[in-house]
Amino acid sequence: MLSYILNLLPSMLEGLKMTISVFILTLALSLPFGILIALGRLSGNKLISSIFQLYIWVMRGTPLMLQLVFIFFGLPVVGITFDRFDSALLAFVLNYGAYMGEIFRAGIQSIEKGQYEAAKVLGFGPTKAFIRIILPQVIKRVIPPITNEVISLVKDTSLVYIVGLGELLRAGKIASNRDASLVPLAVAAGFYLILTALMTEGFKRYEKKYAYFE
Amino acid sequence: MVLEVKNIKKSFQGNIVLSDISFGLDSGEVMAVVGPSGAGKTTLLRCINALETSDGGSIKVDDKYLYREEKGKMIYADKKEMKDIRKKLGMVFQNFNLFPHKTVLENIIESPVNVYGVSKEEAIAEAGKLLQMLELTEKAEAYPHQMSGGQRQRAAIARACALRPSIMCFDEPTSALDPELTEGIAAIIEKLAGQGMSILVITHDMGFAKRIADRIIFMEGGQIVHSGTKDEFFEGSDNERVKRFIQS
Ligand SMILES: Nc1ncnc2c1ncn2[C@@H]1O[C@H](COP(=O)(O)OP(=O)(O)OP(=O)(O)O)[C@@H](O)[C@H]1O
Ligand SMILES: [Mg+2]
Repeated sequence: MLSYILNLLPSMLEGLKMTISVFILTLALSLPFGILIALGRLSGNKLISSIFQLYIWVMRGTPLMLQLVFIFFGLPVVGITFDRFDSALLAFVLNYGAYMGEIFRAGIQSIEKGQYEAAKVLGFGPTKAFIRIILPQVIKRVIPPITNEVISLVKDTSLVYIVGLGELLRAGKIASNRDASLVPLAVAAGFYLILTALMTEGFKRYEKKYAYFE
Repeated sequence: MVLEVKNIKKSFQGNIVLSDISFGLDSGEVMAVVGPSGAGKTTLLRCINALETSDGGSIKVDDKYLYREEKGKMIYADKKEMKDIRKKLGMVFQNFNLFPHKTVLENIIESPVNVYGVSKEEAIAEAGKLLQMLELTEKAEAYPHQMSGGQRQRAAIARACALRPSIMCFDEPTSALDPELTEGIAAIIEKLAGQGMSILVITHDMGFAKRIADRIIFMEGGQIVHSGTKDEFFEGSDNERVKRFIQS
């Protein structure tokens, strides 16, 4: 049994590598993108705000799977092509950016008006006030909902098999079919559980780092 | 005159809150604004600090217009002028609005260092003096949520003083304080005025107004009903409305 698992590991770890790449890049890009989306959504300019509202509605209102299919299989029809990995990353960032955007929007809106006013009377312009005064408080408040999104993201990475990328679940499935065994799937599940546990713990620590203020 | 308020008008959705407010504030003068709830006192202070746009009139700080009305249009100071004017115009909010993620010291030096380019050493030295004057030295490293209401208020005053403004505005500084702390705030305001700062303070507390003010403005329904020295207000006023307000 143990030797069977050890035999499985190389191909599973290959898959895990892909899963982690998609995960980390999506996270790193969708967070700043989410802040931009939130700012666009909260823009005083009605047109800009509605464009972002529409964007969020489309991205959250259609399946991520459809978005993946659209980018990888659909766009080539009109002459736009990305390779497998770029397609997957693009779909994930566009989709998760919308979710992160809504979280940041709620966070930004939860900051009292008085904080902006205090910054204003102290001479801050809007950009500096946002970066130095508002954003640190927003980050503290959005860590818990973002942790939830991050957990979803770990699991959603399994969707990239659609565009033919060999990620963790696919590696498990191939081995499971080949050997008529459930073990590979259990191993894959183990890896997902470890990843989500690590993320939960990491974000918990990050949250603690922000516990010094209320 | 350090502050000149002229013909300020403000309405919210057609509801007139300030109808035509004019007054001036001299250097080192303490002016109390009193009047019943809903009179427009807070709105006036917010218009003076450009936290609210005015529908008409002008605000002049020293020799610079924060905004003025020209042919029916409001003309605001440009970015750079606005920054200069903000430096001279301090504001202590009724609920303080301290930055919760910064210590008292960081709250105080935040604007001098990051907006006005004061060196950190200089800003910290200046903050040290303010903390000492406000008896907050031991709280320099505390966060707002770790302090009492009175301490938070003094931290907010220290922060507002950090830019050495020529005018300081207070909205109901005594509303949440017991008599002892009220006396403490009175002493601080006296000290600031003694250093040449002009003070504009909204208050409901007649004893407090009597204690600190040189002049008093009585507002009601968005208008100045009475304006004069403290003695005129408390003793000499023949205005029936003022008399009734003082007695109530
Ligand atoms: N943002 C706003 N939108 C609509 N109405 C407002 C707004 N701010 C103030 N008002 C109205 O303007 C009037 C004056 O309010 P203001 O807060 O200036 O009174 P005040 O004299 O400070 O009263 P208090 O002594 O209770 O603090 C009130 O009728 C209030 O409802
Ligand atoms: Mg008020």
